[in-house]
This record gives sequence, structure tokens and C-alpha cells, in this order.
Amino acid sequence: MATRSKSELSATVALIGNPNTGKSSLFNALSGGQARVGNYPGVTVEHKTARMQFGRDKQRIIELVDLPGTYSLSARSADEAVSVEVLSGEMPGVSRPDAVIVILDATNIERNLYLLSQVLELKIPTLVALNMWDRIEAEGISIDPNALSKSLGVPVVCTSASNRQGIPELHLALESLLESPTLGILASEKLASASFPEAFHRSVDELSQWFETQGVSLPRFQIERLLIDDAQGHSYRVIPKGRAHEIAERILESRKSLGAQGIAIPLFETRARYGWIKQQVAGVIERKPRDRKNTASDWIDRWLTHRWVGLLFFFLLMFFIFQSITRIADWPMQGIEFASGWLGDLVKGMLPPGPLESLLSDGIVAGVGSVLVFLPQIAILFFFIAILEDCGYMSRAAFMMDKFMSAIGMSGKSFLPLMSSFACAIPGIMATRTIENRRDRMVTLLIAPLMSCSARWPVYVLMVSAFVPNRTYLGGWVGLQGAVLFGMMCLGALVAIPVAWLLKRFVFPGEPSTFIMELSSYKWPSLRVVAMRVWERILAFLARAGSLIFLTSVLIWAAAYFPGDHSQLDRTVAQLRAEASQPSPDESKLESLETQVNQQRSELISQSYLGKAGHWIEPVVRPLGWDGKIGIAVLASFPAREVIVATLGTIYSLGADQDESSQGLVQQLRSATWPDGRAVYSLATACSIMVFFALCAQCVSTLVTIRRETNSWRWPIFSFVYMTSLAYIGAWIVYNIMSMW
Amino acid sequence: MVTTTLDDLREGQRGRVVEIQGSDSLSARLMEMGLIPGEVVEMLGQAPMGDPVEYLVVGYRLSLRRAEARRVWIERA
Repeated sequence: MATRSKSELSATVALIGNPNTGKSSLFNALSGGQARVGNYPGVTVEHKTARMQFGRDKQRIIELVDLPGTYSLSARSADEAVSVEVLSGEMPGVSRPDAVIVILDATNIERNLYLLSQVLELKIPTLVALNMWDRIEAEGISIDPNALSKSLGVPVVCTSASNRQGIPELHLALESLLESPTLGILASEKLASASFPEAFHRSVDELSQWFETQGVSLPRFQIERLLIDDAQGHSYRVIPKGRAHEIAERILESRKSLGAQGIAIPLFETRARYGWIKQQVAGVIERKPRDRKNTASDWIDRWLTHRWVGLLFFFLLMFFIFQSITRIADWPMQGIEFASGWLGDLVKGMLPPGPLESLLSDGIVAGVGSVLVFLPQIAILFFFIAILEDCGYMSRAAFMMDKFMSAIGMSGKSFLPLMSSFACAIPGIMATRTIENRRDRMVTLLIAPLMSCSARWPVYVLMVSAFVPNRTYLGGWVGLQGAVLFGMMCLGALVAIPVAWLLKRFVFPGEPSTFIMELSSYKWPSLRVVAMRVWERILAFLARAGSLIFLTSVLIWAAAYFPGDHSQLDRTVAQLRAEASQPSPDESKLESLETQVNQQRSELISQSYLGKAGHWIEPVVRPLGWDGKIGIAVLASFPAREVIVATLGTIYSLGADQDESSQGLVQQLRSATWPDGRAVYSLATACSIMVFFALCAQCVSTLVTIRRETNSWRWPIFSFVYMTSLAYIGAWIVYNIMSMW
Repeated sequence: MVTTTLDDLREGQRGRVVEIQGSDSLSARLMEMGLIPGEVVEMLGQAPMGDPVEYLVVGYRLSLRRAEARRVWIERA
């Protein structure tokens, strides 16, 4: 297929809406899911775009820009300011949208119209997607879409994005809107701002003239926002940073003079807009009076947020999820393990002994394979998270946890980012954007990496399956291994509580937080949405396994292989293989060859770069109960913690006995010994490793994300230092306490 | 007609918004979410630990902490 040139790009279309309106489903349905995600320059707001083909012969290409989910276009938050700038065509790299699709939740139309009333004032051709159309009947609502379109003065299409209804109609409506844009622009006198007080308009005129004399060209809508929102004058990028203070002074002056004229800022705006909304929906929407106690959603809600039943359900659910992950994932994990072992043997059988054979089987297959094994667990965890999010339980979890979370210095809104961090801190840290309060957001963001992310699973699972006895209690329902895993899962979260308290007390003293949140209605989770999210996560994990982990595996292999003359070893291995393939191999000869191979291997690995680093690091890690090999594996896993499994896989595969290399890593760890013959790994050592991994900041991607989200290197450095110190101290304490038994 | 604040409502009780106290970003956010003078608000229930509280306002469920609900003056309906 020929690549399309940029000149064929015929239009840019923006998509905007409240949170929980099904905006991402609609974005995926419109674009086919081929999204590109980045950040807007200079701010921490996500920039998500996709190309969609359209027209009868799919000739035209439209760039679809997904704007952050917001309730309003005020200048108070970065998300909202960016949306205004994209819609006004001021965002570098995004051309001014030729049209905007405003997505409204049909079951909650009044509040959703608030955002629309603001978008209409930007005078961009506007199209309304009335989403969740399939659910209004169950909610006892009837809406006449034609009357709504007539009343609003812009085209309205009914959609149900989660099951892809109304998408062709939306395409058609967008096409005709792009052909005749005036269909989607309202006359000024029909806008909500027409009913703003005259004095306000005059004040905006004056400010506008003042901005001109200052050489700052700012659209009228943005001047209105600055005047209403009291955003200290630095919300928009066209405002020179050095002038913000001066501009804020001038705006304050206007606010004062309006106040003196009896205009209540910001009340007059919300009042005018809700007044406008009432006019728009009069005679268009009808709500059947209903006994709210009897709707299914209310009944479910009563129990799920109940004082005891709700909390009990919440904790049982969390426990169930983590138990299922260990149990359901078992079968596919064994499959992947088997496949990786088979591939390694295949490579060994096809290639003569040498660097290439060793790189492929010991480096790449052993390294990447031992990380891939955890894909089923990650998929299952994300499957549960996606279901909880999509059915509406996540916001209830935030609601129930708020009191508890606020006691430790955060809000219930911190719950979702922290819960997501149990899968991966990166989406969790990015999700802290929904927390408006800066102090809450910073504390949440800094403790998010302490949550037990899925990359820690491989370490826990490896250590637990190797060193924790497989006992079950309560008739086989509660396994000791599962319970230890659950405990490791909770450890980071428990440590996070005092850390959050300290951060709040000493690093971010300041104003209290708020908890203004919509509790969206319960619905059946859409399989498509859930599958899409799980798939995105799997791809992201595979991309990581394919790049960072692959690279580290190769580097670690090289460090363990070089320098050193392997020619003697290769000859011995070739002899051994030749002897073993004889119809009747000489047992005693085989045995002596095997002993030679083992001796040569351990000599080579102790001469290697990795072996030398191991001797150097051993005194540092000895207090934690580790030997040099563990020290090296931990050192190598600072870029990405799951690498430790691959590293251990490579180290033990290279240095292992011929017999053992065909067994799993678990067996190799169990039989590892100190030079004096004592086993390296005891339960205390295994726990010390797990605690270290639970608390340490071993993830470059997380640190980079913190840098991006806070726009400063200060916080990633802070996170790295505090977490690594915590990990070392924690591991030391655990090792010493457990060694006393 | 008794004027009180939103956090005084018990489960199932309703009130009509009279005024939002203050002119800071919190009061602006409350109003954007639909708590504007004249609207009827119903208290639906509270979280297990007594806070925050769930309200029905302009046809959807809104959660507020008691401290925030205290900013909203209502008259009981």
C-alpha cells in the first residue's frame, strides 16, 4: 500500500466531552483504534490523535484529536487550558480544528450541556454526538433528538459507542458539516454568553484593548476565562511568562470593578449557562418520575457502598482478584515456559557450541522467555481493572476509600491512580492528572511507584515458588504461597502510608484537598472496551519485553560471556554432544566430560566482567543476605525490575551444570551454593530480595514519567533516592529478623 | 422554610440550593457541577466511614465531602 502524503489530509476534527461519557470508545470507533499518543509541548497533558479515512471512496483523511475529558473550559486546570488552545488553533503542531464533535451523555444531558455551551462560543463548526443512547430508556428518559438539534442549532447524532451504533451516521453528519460548516456555528445572540451582564462584556472589551496595547493577542473567549477564573494569568501559552504577574494585576482590577457593580464572579456565568441549558432542553427531554429505590443501579449502589457489606465486598474482591491471578495464570505460564525451553534446546541442537549459540539460547531465549512467562498474569490483572473501570465500580471504590485516603493525606481520587499502579506505575502516575489539588497529586504521584506493579510479580512469583512451601489451609482454599504473594502485594501500600504522611507534613504543607466527583451509573462492562484495554496493555508489555528487556538480556549475556577464551569449553561441549549422540554412549566418559564442562563454565563466569563486578558489589549486598550473583542481577535490574528474572536466568544458565540447565530457573536457584557449600538462598534471603524489590525505584520508565509529569528532574531524583534507601533498609531489617529463626 | 447547609440533609431528604458560599475555584467547580441556586438536591447516602456523601443533582450522582457540602446553603424542600 502506498503511503499517503500529508497533502491528502483534508481536515482536523477535535473530540471533546465530560469524563465518563464513553469518549474513548467513540474515539476508537471513529478511528479504528490506530491512535498515536504523546504530550503537548511544555505541559503534561496527553495529546492523542488518530487518522480516519472517510468519504464514499475513503479518499479523504481526517486527523482526529482527542481532547482531555473535562466538565468545563475554565482556565483553572492544565487540561482545560490546553483544550481551549487546541480549539483556538494556538497549539503548536495541531492545526485549528475544522470541526469539533462534542460528546454528551444522553442520560445526564443537562450537566453535559454546560461544556457544549462553552465550546459553542469558540465558533468552530460543532456536531453533537448524543452518546449512551441505548441506555436512556432504562433510565426512564425520553429525548427528541430532532427537537434538540433544532433547539441547539447544531446537528445532533444519537450514538452508542460501546456497541458501535450510530457511527456511520456520525461519519455522514461530520462529512456534511465539513462541506457546509455554517450548519454547526451559532449566531452570537443564541449563545449562553448573550445573557451575560452588559458590564461584563464592556469589561472584556476594555481588557481586550489593553492586551492589544501590550502586544498580546488573545481571543475573546480566553480573555473571558481569565477574567472569570482567577487563574493568575499564566494559563495560556501566548501569555509571556514574565508578564503573568502584571496581567494578573490588571485582571484583578477588572474583577474588583465588576464586583463593585454587583456582578458576582463566578456565579453569574454558571447561572447564565444553566439558564441557557434549561431553555435548550425545555420540551425536548422528559424524565419519567421514578422511584429511585427500585432501579437496579440504585439497589446495587445501596449495597456496594453500604457501611459493612460494601467494605467487605471491596476487600473480598481485591483478595479474589489477586488469588485468581496466581491460579488462572498457572496453565498458560507453564505453556510459555515449555515453549521457551523447547526453543532453547532447538537452538542448541542446530548450532555448534560457540558465542552465537550461547547468545541465542542463554542470552535471548532464556532472558526474554523468563519475562514473557508473566504475560498471562498481567493480562488477567488488566482484565479485572478494565472491568471494574468500565462497569462504574472504580468511582465507588474512590468514594468508599476517600475518608481513609484523606486520613493519610490524599483523596479518594488518589485511589484509582494507586490501584492502577498495582498493574503499572506509569499509567497510575499519568492518571494523577485527574486530581485537581496539586498537593494531593504530588503525594499520590510520589508514592505510586511503591504500589506493587506487575513487573514485581515475576520476582515475587519466582522467589515464592522456589522457597515458600506449597501448603494450603481451610480445605485448600487459601494457599500459603498465595498468601505470601498477597502480603508482598500489600507491603508497598502499607509502607506508602507513613511515606505519604511525611511527604504531606514536610514536603508539601498547604491547603486541604477536595473530593468533587461524579459517580457514574452502573452498567454491564462492554467486552469490546475491556478487550481493547487488555490488548493495549499486552502490546505495551510486549514492546517492553522486545526492546528494553531484550537489550538488557543481550548486555548481561555479553558481560557474563566476555572476556574469556571459550574455545576449550566449546570443544568439550562438542565432545560431550558427540558422545551423547552415540547409539551406546560410554557413561563414565560422559560423566567426566560433564564435570570438565562445569568446571570450565564456572571459571569462565568468575573471570567475566559480570563476575568481577560481583566480587566488587558483594560487600555492599552481604548484609542483605545476598551473594555477588544476586547483587549483579539486582544491579542489572535498575533499568527495569523484571529484568532480574532474565538476568538470573542468564547467569544460572551460563554457569549451570549441564543437567540443571534443562531444568527450570527455580531448580537452579534452589541448588545455588556459597563456595563453602551452604545454600545461597534461604527463606530469609528470598524475603530480603522480595522486600528490596517491593520498595526500590527500579524502573527508568517510571522515573522518566515522573520527570514528564512534574516538569522537573528534582522529583524523579527524589523518588529514586528515597525508594532505594527505603529498599536497602527494609531488606536489611527483614533479612536480620528472619535469620534469627 | 429553614435555611441550612447541604451536609445537614439526611438520606432521602431534599433541599433547594440558595447560595454557594465564596467565590474561589471550589465554589466555581461546585456550580459547574450543577449546584446552582434554584436546583433541587437529594441526599442519596454516605460512604461507609460517614464521609463523603452522595447527592442527586441535575439528574446525576455527585459525591462531595461534608466540608464541601457545608459551602452550599439550601432551604429544605
